[in-house]
Amino acid sequence: MKKKINILDSNVFYTFLAIIIGFIIGALFLMVAKVSPAAAYGKLISGVFGKPKYMIWTLVYASPLIFTGLSVAFSLRTGVFNIGAEGQFVVGSLAAVFVGIVFKLPPVLHAIVAILAAAAAGFVWSYLVGLMKVKRGNHEVLSYIMFNWIAFYLSNYLVNTELLHKEGDGEATKNVMDSARILFPEGLRNALGCNAANWGFILAVLVAVAIWIIIEKTTLGYKLKAVGFNKDAANYGGINSDRSILTAMGISGMLAGVGGAVQLLGMGARISQFAGQEGFGFQGITVALIAGSNPIGCIFSGIFYGAMKYGGSKLTMVGAPEEVIDIIMGCVIIFIAVAQVFKRLFKSFGKKKEA
Amino acid sequence: MKRVSHMDTSQVVVEMKDIVKKFGDFTANDHIQLKVHKGEVHAILGENGAGKSTMMNVLSGLYKPTSGQIYMNGKPVNFHSPKEASDMGIGMVHQHFMLIRPFTVLDNIILGIEPVKGVVIDKKTAREKIEELSKRYNMSIDLDAKIEDISVGMQQRVEILKVLYRGADILILDEPTASLTPQEIEGLMEIIEHLTADGKSVILITHKLKEITASSDSCTIIRAGKYIDTVKVDEVDESALAALMVGRDVNFKVEKEDHDAGEIVLEVKDLHAKDYRGVEILKGLNLNVRKGEIVGLAGVDGNGQIELVEILTGLRKADSGEVKILGKDVFNKTAKETFDAGISSIPADRQKHGLVLEFSNENNMILQHFEEAPFAKNGFLDRKAIREHATELMEKFDVRPRHAVGNPSGTLSGGNQQKVIIAREITNDKELLIAVNPTRGLDVGAIEFVHKYLVEQRNKDRAVLLVSFELDEIINLSDRIEVIFEGLIRGSVSEEEIKANKADEKELGFLMAGGKR
Repeated sequence: MKKKINILDSNVFYTFLAIIIGFIIGALFLMVAKVSPAAAYGKLISGVFGKPKYMIWTLVYASPLIFTGLSVAFSLRTGVFNIGAEGQFVVGSLAAVFVGIVFKLPPVLHAIVAILAAAAAGFVWSYLVGLMKVKRGNHEVLSYIMFNWIAFYLSNYLVNTELLHKEGDGEATKNVMDSARILFPEGLRNALGCNAANWGFILAVLVAVAIWIIIEKTTLGYKLKAVGFNKDAANYGGINSDRSILTAMGISGMLAGVGGAVQLLGMGARISQFAGQEGFGFQGITVALIAGSNPIGCIFSGIFYGAMKYGGSKLTMVGAPEEVIDIIMGCVIIFIAVAQVFKRLFKSFGKKKEA
Repeated sequence: MKRVSHMDTSQVVVEMKDIVKKFGDFTANDHIQLKVHKGEVHAILGENGAGKSTMMNVLSGLYKPTSGQIYMNGKPVNFHSPKEASDMGIGMVHQHFMLIRPFTVLDNIILGIEPVKGVVIDKKTAREKIEELSKRYNMSIDLDAKIEDISVGMQQRVEILKVLYRGADILILDEPTASLTPQEIEGLMEIIEHLTADGKSVILITHKLKEITASSDSCTIIRAGKYIDTVKVDEVDESALAALMVGRDVNFKVEKEDHDAGEIVLEVKDLHAKDYRGVEILKGLNLNVRKGEIVGLAGVDGNGQIELVEILTGLRKADSGEVKILGKDVFNKTAKETFDAGISSIPADRQKHGLVLEFSNENNMILQHFEEAPFAKNGFLDRKAIREHATELMEKFDVRPRHAVGNPSGTLSGGNQQKVIIAREITNDKELLIAVNPTRGLDVGAIEFVHKYLVEQRNKDRAVLLVSFELDEIINLSDRIEVIFEGLIRGSVSEEEIKANKADEKELGFLMAGGKR
């Protein structure tokens, strides 16, 4: 009995439950689309686990999502809601593409400068929203959403400037120089069977651990969490809550910005003109929620989302619409959100049996 | 003042017999007994967490008892929901009001059982019925006012009218005086008088002994979930009730030896400030507190005392004036600066300012010191030092449960949350300690404990500013009393006068209401 109650208390249990329900609902939609769920999910699984190189691809897909997930998770832990990771991701990749195209630096150093530039861009993009919140009382969610669109159009504008635009036709920037890329050496990439295999995932894991340490072990984490939980008590305790909020929002933006750099320097190499928002930042919200805002959890939920995106891209091979992935992930979020309701239901069930 | 009893001993309207309520392994109510007569005011007395609320939630149909039986007028009844209890005439007024703030008084009262004409709410019939009720029980109220615009005392009237409108004959009032001013409490007592005169029964949950002796016919005492006794209030005194409640003798008179006050620690001169609406709330206030004295600041809520404390602790900016700590200027400084200059405080709202409820107790214990050694080194928290510190304080200040160092403070009972704050602020040991309603919501055992520590600070030659809405507390503890009214100190009672028992509640009440002497 004791053990059962423990399981019912655990958030991980409800997260898995939500994922399973998401897949069941996805199956219903597949049936409506007259596709066998078994065939589609079989393809999804073999598409991710079928060959070692598929798993490497999954990690490549996961890397930017871990960063945006960390960005959102960090903001949630410090009492703000960074719905602007999308925009910070975009300005991060813009900064990285600028450094990658315009600067001439030796390998490694070039990549590091590009990533730092992306971090700074993401930091500033989010910090500006923070200033509006602290100085003028504008709610961050509204400002973030507007900043997403500003970043979106800024990107589409800059992509077409002479400095960055590639020669000839096409609506994309030049490729960044090879010295700025963060790819594994060619031999290793060939051995792994993935030409985009890069350092992004390793960087993501290191940063996730660092963020976990900041939140759990440092005075900075104490301060940011105190303000996030209860601004009044933090102020009473002598903490400058405005400054803390700015720091938290800046760091959150920085993480999303680095995510943009990792995607660009690892996989894309260039920015194309957008037709719509790419969604890395919004997917980061899902990653953070599945992880319960735990930075270490973001590694795993990022991999999960990366696998869904990568495996989902192969669904068309069995005639299944790729959008079923979005449906599944959407359902997962809804059911994680209502997990608290489930929790109460299960517990009251347990109690009645006991009585 | 002793009220006239309207109790009809021949008629038991409700009885709880051998009620047991378990939550998992925890027994919140262990064979509870209760017998309430017609026209009786029956108090339920118990410490924080003794199981009073559980008991009333069983009676009002919110919880199903694990075993035991409830009888009404001699017949066994089983409630499956609060609605069933309400239909049987049991109405509960919760401590935290359940009102919809943007709605009018009338809308709130009829909510859920609106009389209808076709598809339209028949407000005219409702209004007539409510007006009749409010006249009968002498509760005047503006039915068209919005809840958010009326005082806490008025909101409570709305709650009482709500249960009366639903036909309650037995009213359960959960800590009804906790958030009322002394004047509002008097008004409530009159309402209770009218109710019982009309044959209604009132069950009063409280831990204020004085209210019990002033208003109740009988009192049932529970301790740690167990039934202890039911006594006739006429036949016992306050100290006997207190001893029954905590299971030991309680010392009411604060033990306080003479102690000479020294140099001035806090000096406030001609302080002007506005409240959140922009209305001037402090109008040139002067006040000083010396070493080794407790100055009691008495006053009705809303006369500027909360704003004064917020200014002194750096949470609010004043317009003009002077504030000094041991000669050092701390006017309009930040919270950190005033703290470093020597002001610590036990805030009025423990959940808003005092604690980060989501934080563990050990984290809350270092709220002002988390960046300093030994709790932090090079930006990293030293968990071991933090835990040792918290364990020591929880032991010393009797925070229960003792093993809860790592649990969120929000899981503690209100009284123990207050002890965490007191442990922290007493340990901060600053030149000036400001204590705002430090015993609000605490039971007598905990109150005794808090008072002991405040006196100890004074004996250590610290200055203590006690801001309290409890006149008893002010009179018992203070070496000097200052009365605040409309943003100014209107009168003071000196140490000699207090010693000569010249400070009585009447005199203070006169000053608090703006009287001059």
